[in-house]
Amino acid sequence: MSEFTSGFWSLFIAVVTVVSIVACAWFLKSQSIRRGPKVETTGHIWDEDLAEYNNPLPRWWSWLFYLTIVFGLAYLVLYPGLGSWKGTLGWTQVGELKSETEKAEKQFAPLYERFAAMDVDALSRNPEALAVGQKLFLNNCAQCHASDGGGSRGFPNLTDRDWLWGGEPKLIEATIAHGRTGVMPPFGQALGEDKVKDVASYVISLSGGAADSIRVAKGRDIYMTTCFACHGADAKGNPALGAPNLTDRIWLHGSDANVIQTISRGRVSQMPAHKELLSEAKIRLLTAYVLSLSASR
Amino acid sequence: VNLRDIPIRTEEQSLYEVRKKIYPRAVSGRFALLRWAAVWATQLVFYGLPWLTWNERQAVLFDIVHRKFYLFGLVFWPQDVIYLTVLLIIAALTLFLFTAVAGRIWCGYACPQTVYAEIFMWIERVIEGDRNARIKLDKACLGTRLPRKAAKHAAWIAVALWTGFTFVGYVTPIKELGGEVLALATGPWETFWILFYGFATYGNAGWMREQVCKYMCPYARFQSAMFDRDTLVITYDAERGEPRGKKGQVGDCVDCSICVQVCPTGIDIRDGLQYECIGCAACVDGCNQVMDKLGRERGLIRYSGMGRLLRPRVLVYSAILLAITAATAASLYLRVPLKLDVIRDRAAIARDVEGGLVENVYRLQVMNGVEEGRAFDISVTGLSGIHVWGGAIVGMPAATSRSVPIQVRVPAEGVPPGSHPIEFQLRAIGVEGVEVREASVFIVR
Repeated sequence: MSEFTSGFWSLFIAVVTVVSIVACAWFLKSQSIRRGPKVETTGHIWDEDLAEYNNPLPRWWSWLFYLTIVFGLAYLVLYPGLGSWKGTLGWTQVGELKSETEKAEKQFAPLYERFAAMDVDALSRNPEALAVGQKLFLNNCAQCHASDGGGSRGFPNLTDRDWLWGGEPKLIEATIAHGRTGVMPPFGQALGEDKVKDVASYVISLSGGAADSIRVAKGRDIYMTTCFACHGADAKGNPALGAPNLTDRIWLHGSDANVIQTISRGRVSQMPAHKELLSEAKIRLLTAYVLSLSASR
Repeated sequence: VNLRDIPIRTEEQSLYEVRKKIYPRAVSGRFALLRWAAVWATQLVFYGLPWLTWNERQAVLFDIVHRKFYLFGLVFWPQDVIYLTVLLIIAALTLFLFTAVAGRIWCGYACPQTVYAEIFMWIERVIEGDRNARIKLDKACLGTRLPRKAAKHAAWIAVALWTGFTFVGYVTPIKELGGEVLALATGPWETFWILFYGFATYGNAGWMREQVCKYMCPYARFQSAMFDRDTLVITYDAERGEPRGKKGQVGDCVDCSICVQVCPTGIDIRDGLQYECIGCAACVDGCNQVMDKLGRERGLIRYSGMGRLLRPRVLVYSAILLAITAATAASLYLRVPLKLDVIRDRAAIARDVEGGLVENVYRLQVMNGVEEGRAFDISVTGLSGIHVWGGAIVGMPAATSRSVPIQVRVPAEGVPPGSHPIEFQLRAIGVEGVEVREASVFIVR
């Protein structure tokens, strides 16, 4: 693209444009006068004797042509188009988007204002607020968390009562607004393949899964020295760190063999921040909607 | 003569001409009456329709903002745009058929350009007088001319603005629009369209008139392709009329030039069929009046060429027209006022859920096309044990559309990994025959 950053090309485009317009005007003028013998027909003859009269167009018709030239010139002065000329009106696509967004926000402001006075608990029981919340959810969240909020592999299910980062309205709002980064460090190098399997067996046994009892016993010792720092001695997790509860049969990254992979390679999960994209009112409505999903189960 | 001796005459000749103003003379008669009947019929519909009420709303309203198009008992959605296409096809075929049978009957009687020009010419006649009075007035001094011209343009503008208002009334509820106009509080687009359509009416019917037909209308240029020897056209009977004159052994044409004076496009029909002729039959009425006074037989200028109706062109046009009209009527009658789109969630491919089941998530876009609230039952078929989990009933208010996320579950055993075709059914509860089906797939990992 570097060739387009040269000032020459802007000038080139401007000159081509202006010359074309002037040439059009000259062509129009030259074509509206005929020099030579008076011609009454176009000169074509069909079917032996069928000729076409060269009836002149009305004069206002040619004015319309000239009008387009005037329009074109005025447009090129007012709006960007002539090379890198910005136009005297200062119109830009970004400005257009901003003004349209502002207009839409102004239009929908009364809708959100109604909900502003209500707390999240009340909103999560208000059908109108939930209808708006669902629309926001389907547009902004469903790509990862699925249309029903049930999530998928690597993307948390929002319809259960298990919260990685806490289920308080304030915490959910913070998750949506500022995003979260969940990190499970890899232990494959530090522990070795065998010990990873031991830990995995223990973790699977925590929620009642079938596992080798010897490996479970060995794994427990490793867990109590390595994993407890984040997941807790009772393995109930720690919402302050986003460490999941390992006792509830809810597997964000899959169970069984996937647990081994999670321990040996680690995981990094990213919930993007939305405060730049969604207004505070919209985030509150989304919080209420998300809460209503698990409340209904 | 030695050709080289003749000097080549060169002169500058403009290829653009200045319009010569036409002063059509008032005419009465059978065809004038018919034309006025057409004016009344079309304009009562145009000006009156937006004021009718149906189901406690405007009967005919094209609600562009909400993408709902009301036509009496029917509600059309953007998905029904095929009906607009069909309507245009029917209109075009009707035009072809009528042209093949009766020439430019549309141009002469029903085209909005003709109809509004007729109304505007009537206003002009009432205020400025008939042809001769108008010619005289245009030559009079400014003081005499001004009051009448001002009155005429005021009346024209009033009709034009009312037309613009009515036009916008098809898009915005006309009663609310009326209130806004009275309070001078119309929105920017409403104001623009009222003024734009009003200006177009005023300009085309008041100023442009025959020039619209001569220079702008494409139909005027290609309809001669639909003419044949049986097509009805207005013709001067040259055999009977010529040589024209007033005394001695001459033809029936007395050269009174009434036919030229009444012509709204300013042509002389005695020169034969011309593309400017819009087939309004004003010259037929004018000539018949003169023939009556002279005690001669009517029809020196008349509709002629009316031959066989049962000819291939007419039959083919009629057959196609009939087939499309019947198909459209059947389709409208059988139309199910319910639409369903199934969008499978792409992020969550398949979930294993408790009870050894596999779950897929879908978003159903449901559109209730009738003006009453209805409840719908969602079901799904295609795999053994397949079912909608949770609520399978969705309530929809009148004429609304919404997105419903649903979970579909299948017992994991016996379903091989891969994509399996399934079908959703949406059935209105308690209403016979309101049911739609939509195909989708179920994915097992």
